[in-house]
Amino acid sequence: MSGTSLQRGLKAWMEEMDAPVASFFSSCVHCGICAEACLFYTETGDPKYTPIHKLEPMRRFWQQEFTLFGKLLKTVGLSKPVTDEELEEWETLVYDSCTLCGRCSMACPVGNDITYMIRKAREGFVASGHVPKGMVGAAGRAIRIGSPMGVKLSALEAQIRHIENDTGLKIPVDVEGADYMALLSSMEIMNFPEYIEALARIFKQAGVSWTLCSEAFEATNSGIQIGSKDIARQLVQRVVDGAEKLGVKYVISPECGHAYFAIRWEGPNLIGREYKFEVVHILELLDQLRAKGRLKVSEKFDERLTFHDPCQIVRKGGVLAETRNLMGMIASNFVEMEDHREHNWCCGGGGGVSSNERADELRIKVFSRKKKQLDAVAPETLVTACANCRLMLEDGLEEYHMELPVTGLTEMIAEKLVEEEK
Amino acid sequence: MTPTEFLVLTRGPLFDIAVTIFVFGIVLRLFEVLILGRKADLAAARGAEFKPGMATVMRRFVPDREKLQGSPVVTILGYLFHVGFFVCLLLFVPHIELIHSTLGISWPGLPTAMIDAVAVITMLALVGLFINRLNSKLLRFLSTFEDYFLLVVVFLTLFTGYLAFHRIVEPYPTALALHLLSVELMLVIFPFTKLMHTFTAFLGRYYNGAMYGRRGVES
Amino acid sequence: MSDHNTLGEILRERGVSRRGFLKFCTATASMMALPPTMTMAVAEALEKAPRPSVIWLSFQECTGCTESLTRSHAPTIESLIFDHVSLDYHHTLQAASGDAAEAAREEAMHAHHGKYLLVVDGSIPLGDPGFSTIAGISNLDMLKETAEGAAAIIAVGTCAAFGGLPHAAPNPTGAVSVSDIIKDKPIVNVSGCPPIPSVITGVLAHFLTFGGLPELDQYGRPMVFFGQSIHDRCYRRPFYDKGLFAETFDDEGARKGWCLYRLGCKGPMTYNACATMKWNQGTSWPIESGHGCLGCSEPDFWDAGGFYKALSIPTSDLAGAIGTGLGVGAAVGIAAGAMAHKKKTDAEHEREPLTVEQLEGES
Ligand code: SF4
Ligand code: SF4
Ligand code: SF4
Ligand code: SF4
Repeated sequence: MSGTSLQRGLKAWMEEMDAPVASFFSSCVHCGICAEACLFYTETGDPKYTPIHKLEPMRRFWQQEFTLFGKLLKTVGLSKPVTDEELEEWETLVYDSCTLCGRCSMACPVGNDITYMIRKAREGFVASGHVPKGMVGAAGRAIRIGSPMGVKLSALEAQIRHIENDTGLKIPVDVEGADYMALLSSMEIMNFPEYIEALARIFKQAGVSWTLCSEAFEATNSGIQIGSKDIARQLVQRVVDGAEKLGVKYVISPECGHAYFAIRWEGPNLIGREYKFEVVHILELLDQLRAKGRLKVSEKFDERLTFHDPCQIVRKGGVLAETRNLMGMIASNFVEMEDHREHNWCCGGGGGVSSNERADELRIKVFSRKKKQLDAVAPETLVTACANCRLMLEDGLEEYHMELPVTGLTEMIAEKLVEEEK
Repeated sequence: MTPTEFLVLTRGPLFDIAVTIFVFGIVLRLFEVLILGRKADLAAARGAEFKPGMATVMRRFVPDREKLQGSPVVTILGYLFHVGFFVCLLLFVPHIELIHSTLGISWPGLPTAMIDAVAVITMLALVGLFINRLNSKLLRFLSTFEDYFLLVVVFLTLFTGYLAFHRIVEPYPTALALHLLSVELMLVIFPFTKLMHTFTAFLGRYYNGAMYGRRGVES
Repeated sequence: MSDHNTLGEILRERGVSRRGFLKFCTATASMMALPPTMTMAVAEALEKAPRPSVIWLSFQECTGCTESLTRSHAPTIESLIFDHVSLDYHHTLQAASGDAAEAAREEAMHAHHGKYLLVVDGSIPLGDPGFSTIAGISNLDMLKETAEGAAAIIAVGTCAAFGGLPHAAPNPTGAVSVSDIIKDKPIVNVSGCPPIPSVITGVLAHFLTFGGLPELDQYGRPMVFFGQSIHDRCYRRPFYDKGLFAETFDDEGARKGWCLYRLGCKGPMTYNACATMKWNQGTSWPIESGHGCLGCSEPDFWDAGGFYKALSIPTSDLAGAIGTGLGVGAAVGIAAGAMAHKKKTDAEHEREPLTVEQLEGES
């Protein structure tokens, strides 16, 4: 098989079917409740954005191939085979209007994990060649250059020098035998280098032995967003090789949500074995340090702060209590948005939507959900823990003419760190 | 065919056939689902699977604020309908007798006046759900023929039961036979339609809860 | 049989007082759902009612229906009314037999052509005419012949009305009801196995009073007697509604008079007057004496599931059905599942990794 094709796409779906998918498809009662959980529907009112509808071609394929009754329907012509045109039509539903945020999966009364299925559906779309150009570009850069944004090692080195010169802190690279290997996302390198600085400051204070890896510093995984296990596997493998070469005990996922989900939850399944190290999210590590008293802040912020839960870290990733513990450490005036923690609304740019320019307009439109949430609590600063969320939030706020600074939790902590004399 | 012959037919051979297809279909469908299996998750677990899985099975019975606000009609009428249907099915004495005669288990029934009221509420809820499906832009878009058809079939089981109970259709054997016939129709299509969610929703909720639970999230 | 010509005369001769007669008329009027003001009209009509000629044919029957009518412990006005009719032919009751009896029938048929009442009990075998004959005449021929000149036919008992016991599966004689054969005469079905005596006389009284047949239900049964189900008039009904049931014939519930549904009572599907008119001059009736209704006034009641099986229980072998379903479902399910699983694993094995070059080539 050389290129992508419908055949190849359907075959990919064949592989993806499992008992959960079959029970989910068997269970849907078309109640429409998942639509009300998805910001693409609530903010547009267009029923085609109903989460389960995004899976209609895959559902039919499942029914025709994996149920006797479906086979019968197909034989007598009552159920039409999936066509290329159909996949083309659905491409925008599956990629542009789904951030894999997992909110629908929390709502469905029959328990359908719709997000799980959309992730699987993308395997078929990608193998049949129905993928947004922007995402193909990102995946290509990730494979060839090492970063979806095309960030090279030299760029990271430049940032490191910069920070070291500015602050006098040391940023260790390729230190064999370090306890922790930190990963970064390109966005952190290019847009929010404060994060790298924050790591250096915190780890210094807490006495954490850590390093970056010149061969595997990028944590984000375009392969997962585009929905290709094969591409995702190569990207995970790089990190695994880097970590195993340096012999670290832990790999630290950066704040970036999709990066975390990829390396923490999908990674071992992609490479087909358990890791020889443990993956921790930076907030998990910070909370551990906090609990051990190794992380001390001098004072709290007085401003009204709220926290935007990044879907992949909180709802889908399971880093829940840590976020609130850490916020409690630094905030004296913390407010929760109405839907928070595992019920938070997505920033609108997850799941590869942010690298799919075609979806920009829709993404901005549905940001109105976040706006409503924010308007209701009127924070002075919006804290989050994902570089992608942060970019998307800033973008959305600007489009909606809202003056609200957005910042990362790790940096907030670093800012109030007790300066200890060496 | 005389009404009694009709009743004997629906109470005998047709019921047999319907139950056979029903059981066959359920077992077949469950195998079709379960044999596909689930790959072992190699990522180190943060939480357990079984307990959160079961917790999700239970939790999704509880309507939350978001459902009540976002889909009030579906949630409230859906709730009424489900509870009402099971009350009528499981607490009406003639039904208990049927279960007792086949499965050997039995429990006390509710007074018929109560069943009667519940049946009316349940039918009204179904009518409401049907109208809502037609009226809501979202649901009209999502609905297939099956969605409407099943509402009608389920309604018929209740309605014919109601007619038989109140002897609105005479003679009684005809009324009872019509009731049995509608139930048989429902049994036969059950495994091959979304009615199957009666069983698979439990599987689905469990999988959902287990997969999220493993990652340390209550879903 | 009396030589007098009107019912009034007969009754007086038998020593029935005016008061007794009026009481009977009141009861008859109310039984026939007539307003009380009609009592006098009924009395007057009955008083003057001329003797109708009645021919009674008995086919495949057990004589239970005749017994029901004649075996009253005390002479009743019902039996007197019955006495009043000129029973020109009844092969069980009449003294004459053989040719003499047949001659009587033929004579009555000629003398009262177009005016006599034909009463039939028992079903008619169509399987082989030889199954049941009277004086060498098959039941079918005799019925057709006799019905021809009848003003109306009263099918007494479930056998004549619906085929009854002889009609029960497998119906070896090919038994059918009167209305299966006679299509061009008014027929009243007084069903019951046996029918309640007062219902038979009630129909006669109606015929005598109004010279015609009462309003009938869809089974040709007089509405006044068969308009309501046993269940709707049953005095145990409050227990049914409350969900209180006797589980066995001698348990606590049975002693307390709870509903007999679980013991197989067919009251809910049965239309008859037992619950209101009762049996044996109003002494009691089956449910009152502790046994469920068998549904004897309904067509095919013999075949409507077991007498001791609750009405809602399927008559078939459900356990077998479930077993078959389970077995076949599991077999097909495993086969289908295994095939599906194989497809899935094959797809996995045949997989060729997707590369970004392939993707870029496409989009
Ligand atoms: S995962 Fe999120 S964006 Fe995707 S369909 Fe579900 S709710 Fe909508
Ligand atoms: S909420 Fe669940 S059952 Fe309802 S339409 Fe969505 S997937 Fe189907
Ligand atoms: S005893 Fe029979 S007729 Fe009486 S209430 Fe019970 S079921 Fe009905
Ligand atoms: S109670 Fe039922 S079975 Fe008994 S005589 Fe009356 S109708 Fe016939």
